[in-house]
Amino acid sequence: MSIRLSVNKTYKQFIGGAFERSESGRSYPVVGVGDQLLAHAVQGSRKDVRDAVAAARSAQEGWAGRTAYNRGQILYRVAEVMESRKDEFCAEVLRAGDGQTEAAAAEETAAAIDRWVWYTGWADKFATVLGGVNPVAGPYFNLSVPEPTGVVGIVAPDEPPLIPLVSRLAPVIVSGNTAVVLASERCPLVAITLAETLALSDVPSGVVSILTGHRGELVPPLAGHGAVDALDLTGCDADLDADAARQAAATITRVVSASAAERQWAHEAAQSPYLIDAFCETKTVWHPKGR
Amino acid sequence: MEPVGGFSLEYAPAPESVGPVRLASQYGLFIGGEMVEPAAGRMAATVNPATGEALAEVSVADVGDVERAVAAARAAWEGGWRDLPGAERAKYLYRVARLLQERAREFAVLETMDGGKPIRESRDLDIPLAAAHFFYYAGWADKLDYAFSGRGAAPLGVAAQVIPWNFPLLMAAWKLAPALACGNTAVIKPAPTTPLTALLLAEVLRDAGLPPGVVNIVTGDDATGAALVAHPGVDKVAFTGSTEVGRAIAAQVAGTGKRLTLELGGKAANIVFDDAALDQVTEGIVNGIYFNGGQVCCAGSRLLVQEAVADTVVGKLQRRMDTLRVGDPLDKNTDIGAINSQAQLDRITELVASGVAEGADLYTPECVLPASGFFHPPALFTNVSTAHRIAQEEIFGPVLSVLTFRTAEEAVAKANNTPYGLSAGIWTEKGSRILWMADRMQAGVVWANTFNRFDPASPFGGYRESGYGREGGRAGLLPYVELVV
Repeated sequence: MSIRLSVNKTYKQFIGGAFERSESGRSYPVVGVGDQLLAHAVQGSRKDVRDAVAAARSAQEGWAGRTAYNRGQILYRVAEVMESRKDEFCAEVLRAGDGQTEAAAAEETAAAIDRWVWYTGWADKFATVLGGVNPVAGPYFNLSVPEPTGVVGIVAPDEPPLIPLVSRLAPVIVSGNTAVVLASERCPLVAITLAETLALSDVPSGVVSILTGHRGELVPPLAGHGAVDALDLTGCDADLDADAARQAAATITRVVSASAAERQWAHEAAQSPYLIDAFCETKTVWHPKGR
Repeated sequence: MEPVGGFSLEYAPAPESVGPVRLASQYGLFIGGEMVEPAAGRMAATVNPATGEALAEVSVADVGDVERAVAAARAAWEGGWRDLPGAERAKYLYRVARLLQERAREFAVLETMDGGKPIRESRDLDIPLAAAHFFYYAGWADKLDYAFSGRGAAPLGVAAQVIPWNFPLLMAAWKLAPALACGNTAVIKPAPTTPLTALLLAEVLRDAGLPPGVVNIVTGDDATGAALVAHPGVDKVAFTGSTEVGRAIAAQVAGTGKRLTLELGGKAANIVFDDAALDQVTEGIVNGIYFNGGQVCCAGSRLLVQEAVADTVVGKLQRRMDTLRVGDPLDKNTDIGAINSQAQLDRITELVASGVAEGADLYTPECVLPASGFFHPPALFTNVSTAHRIAQEEIFGPVLSVLTFRTAEEAVAKANNTPYGLSAGIWTEKGSRILWMADRMQAGVVWANTFNRFDPASPFGGYRESGYGREGGRAGLLPYVELVV
């Protein structure tokens, strides 16, 4: 009987549309069920954070400039590609070893795919629901519209490995923001598989970058970066959250974190147009009416 | 002014009567529905900036006073306000709006005496808009179930609100009306130089029958504000003021779980294309920068003019500036009143000097400033480079910097070349260009062929270092609620 060795994947970071090792050359072991070594993930550096933010910054105007219909189709494409690789996602969620059953892993994967589909539909509807005409007391046309705030740093929670990441990423990019994501520190591998999906789904380079490594090392340069407009610190513990928020204060960067209700990841409470709104700016335009 | 056809165009003085205003010599703190003495007994004078003379002594609340105020707000929230039906909260707010309208003259005169703004503005804008804000948010109090798609809205608890001196009563209304409408109680801290209309508002709140502790007003200094923001019993912090203080507050609130909204500084571009209606533009520029003496966070302090019309626009502007009347803010013909304080006048003077030192050309019309009080003539700088301090820093005074541009792309780049993002102005007769420009402005409010318009139904607030969160409109409810499934 012949034995075929499996071909193991190298999990690299996803920065500006390319899969790269860290410029620092470091990696860290990722273990799954029974402390079995799954892979060496990249241990990202401050420099990687800066590169990812630069990529996000330069991609932002173009992404926001796409039509809402186009962004919606790209989000839907992410769902399509994930669906076609759902066995791989399931297996990876299962291997990550947070004590899930096969059924639970399948459920998490399905919920993650469905979340992309849910936000797909918001692309060309959230402005209708969140904005509108304001009846001011004077001869003026007055319209408020939500606009993407810019570059958003997202710190994904450790567990579960997939659904929180998708739940926090989709509402950020659907409006035209670009994102720099710090993946789960303990279970980073499925995040890189998601990055592969994004790369295959016509998501333009730089719209999403996904870094792996130690939060304590990567959150401070992300939070303190002047080109980051908003932070989602859902994956930070209390100390790191407070430190990051203090750093964000220096550039008046807004800080968002998932509420307890939003952390029921598979529940409907974890998805909302107000999560899109949380990473938007309301712009109000006035114009006189006259003959 | 030069005589025209043998007639002098000098105006006779037309001072507003201070008759309706009854000043006390000393004011306490409004806590739990009562005017109370500050525990430590510290008082500070509030000065009429048009004369430099003290109007009254006002309490300086310390940590203990803030503690009492927050406790009163908490007790009022838990003791009934949070459970009061929205329709009843609405009626209280409607009452407040009506009482403000009834006493509008008194409030307007007091606002001008304490803050130095022209009576024309406090009478026609500040006070009516403050009343309108209460009236507008009253209507939301019982309609919160209709405000947010698929979500209900629950109050947060006690809101700590720190407001600036440039629109004292209006800023109090912007803060209190949505907070109360959403079922929160509040502790509000007026600015040290302009506490009097907030203290008069305490009378209105009492006359409206508002339950004790729902609104508490603590006057004081920066330490008072810091104590309020830092108080662990506060669920929400809302601040309007400088970006510098905003940074400190954001750092202080970090990690506490308190909700925060900030409305901070600005350095707005007012962009004039060569096809614009230049006479309207001139009025718009004047309104943009000299309204409230330029002491406005959204003031159009950077004029960007397309090269072809730059000389024409500057010429028209200088002629219009020559007719602006600077002086007694209580005079109904005054266009530019007093600068709010000596400290603010010093800052303006220093920045104007920096503009001259850096090589920009300064124009100010010849005008005789009053002998006492804090006044600054309208100022216009040409030959300004984007690197000059007067083109970068918020001056918060009647000082306009003029820059030029050739293409729309260049106008966008120059307009957005600041850390701020509060407001912008666009002047052109071409509709498609207005919309193209508006899309590209990094600014929360864009005025096209107008400037400095405000309305309770219209959201206001900034991008980038101008802050986060909105005040006004449905968006103005969001900072004061928790959305629930």
